[in-house]
Amino acid sequence: MPISKDEVLKIAHLAKLEFSSEELENFTQELSKILDYFQELREVDTSGVVPTFHPYKKMTPFREDEVKEFEDLQALLQNAPELKEGAIVVPKVVKAP
Amino acid sequence: MDLKNITILSLYSELKERRISCREVAQVFLEHVRKVDPKVRAFLYVNEEWVLKQAEEADRRWREGRAGALEGIPISIKDNILIKGHPTTCASRILANYIAPYDATVIERLKREGAIFLGKTNMDEFAMGSSTENSAFHPTYNPWDLERVPGGSSGGSAVAVSTRMGLGSLGSDTGGSIRQPASFCGVVGMKPTYGLVSRFGLVAFASSLDQIGPFALDVEDTALLLNIIAGFDPRDSTSADIEVPNYLTFIRENVQQKFVIGLPREYFSGDLDPEVTKILEEVIKALSEKHTIKEINLPHTKYSIATYYIVAPAEASSNLARYDGIKYGFRADAKGLIDLYKKSRSLGFGKEVKRRIMLGTYALSAGYYDAYYLKASKVRTLIKEDFERAFKEVDLILAPTTPTPPFKIGEKTKDPLQMYLSDIFTIPVNLAGLPAISIPVGLTAERLPVGAQIIGPAFRDELVLTLAYQIEKTLCLKLTPPIL
Repeated sequence: MPISKDEVLKIAHLAKLEFSSEELENFTQELSKILDYFQELREVDTSGVVPTFHPYKKMTPFREDEVKEFEDLQALLQNAPELKEGAIVVPKVVKAP
Repeated sequence: MDLKNITILSLYSELKERRISCREVAQVFLEHVRKVDPKVRAFLYVNEEWVLKQAEEADRRWREGRAGALEGIPISIKDNILIKGHPTTCASRILANYIAPYDATVIERLKREGAIFLGKTNMDEFAMGSSTENSAFHPTYNPWDLERVPGGSSGGSAVAVSTRMGLGSLGSDTGGSIRQPASFCGVVGMKPTYGLVSRFGLVAFASSLDQIGPFALDVEDTALLLNIIAGFDPRDSTSADIEVPNYLTFIRENVQQKFVIGLPREYFSGDLDPEVTKILEEVIKALSEKHTIKEINLPHTKYSIATYYIVAPAEASSNLARYDGIKYGFRADAKGLIDLYKKSRSLGFGKEVKRRIMLGTYALSAGYYDAYYLKASKVRTLIKEDFERAFKEVDLILAPTTPTPPFKIGEKTKDPLQMYLSDIFTIPVNLAGLPAISIPVGLTAERLPVGAQIIGPAFRDELVLTLAYQIEKTLCLKLTPPIL
């Protein structure tokens, strides 16, 4: 097994996901099988090869840092799960002093 | 109206000569959708009132002499491309109630030309899949055999065009998601060069691979749609600031052009379905009368699946971090912030999406980055160089689009790796950022469509279309699925 259940739990926490114990069992097996398959890349000699992160090499386009107004604020806000007085309600993230 | 023998260009001349109004066209297509879609389930969203309103506007523009190049033509859009004021769900529970707050650039351009949006099409959730079985809402069925998959992830778009529920569609292609369903459904589907078509307003999956492209019933219609959507857009920082030719004019003027066509040995190996092999051999034989055929090598092809399934999930794990239940999308009941993130994401995402987020997070995590993500990105360079070397010898590459004809529903859902392997011929093209098209070239004994893929050098999309046009003219196939 290239990946253990503990590692799957660690990765799940990083990715902000959680699984039932049955799902955890399945995911561990499936991920192990896929990671095994990835091992074939080890046989490729990549010494001195420059990685490709992007197929089309282009300079980062620069523009003036100007504020532009979004024309329909309401259209954005209507997608929020919970609204109060035009603001998005979130769980409390600061502790009282 | 004879839906079996209609194309965008033929309907456009009917509209131009006022033999039919846009409203009448819209009504015919809506009735057709009501009749056909319950069998194939290509759509996630059809809004009849909206369709008729667009048609009235189109009729007005014809009357006022302001008609665009698609004025009154009904098309569909994959449900990961934003149309302001209408749902964009990516076939995911997490976006089930999302209403797009703005138009994608491609939508702005289609609106300017007067296209009528019939609706939004089904897909694998967040475009992750090869069969449209991963939709959170329902699967889509192949109109050639309702027990088979239409391919994916743009399965809804391919089926809609194949059954004439609209005469064109836009999909997205990250590892074959336009070409593979086009092949499985017997229509034309094109992935343009990376950077040619703006992705502003396309929900991101893997940003170094994603590309929007057209589906249509023939190559001329495909060229016309590409004319409209291609071109520089400052709102997509990967958009190429280059001169775009008129693809339709180009292909018509170059019907006689001769090419050196490469056949990659790795794509015609023993793993290819015998019927697919036979149909492609006939195409090659017909082409060899005019063009020069040359065998080539793309030696790193076999590593493309592993490379892709590291790179794409890595980028996806980052892109999909935005679905956290805070600003938009599904929010679960939870205690505290971290619990809210975890519950919203775990209940909102489907299994394949979670699998890929996990794979990507793993490949990018401390201690594994070099062995997985960096290694794959280096192999990606070698795959890209294979193509660059080949294009020194040949003008274009001809290959199968898929190793097999459409497979059965449920056949590959149990084994994710088997599903991944069905994209072996389309994935290398995305890794290298090249243009490629799938066009129908025949039917198997069971009457299932088979596609051929033409791959070209970067930003030579017009050459890819030209050879596709020539093959289409040589074969003169008329493919109509049996349910029509």
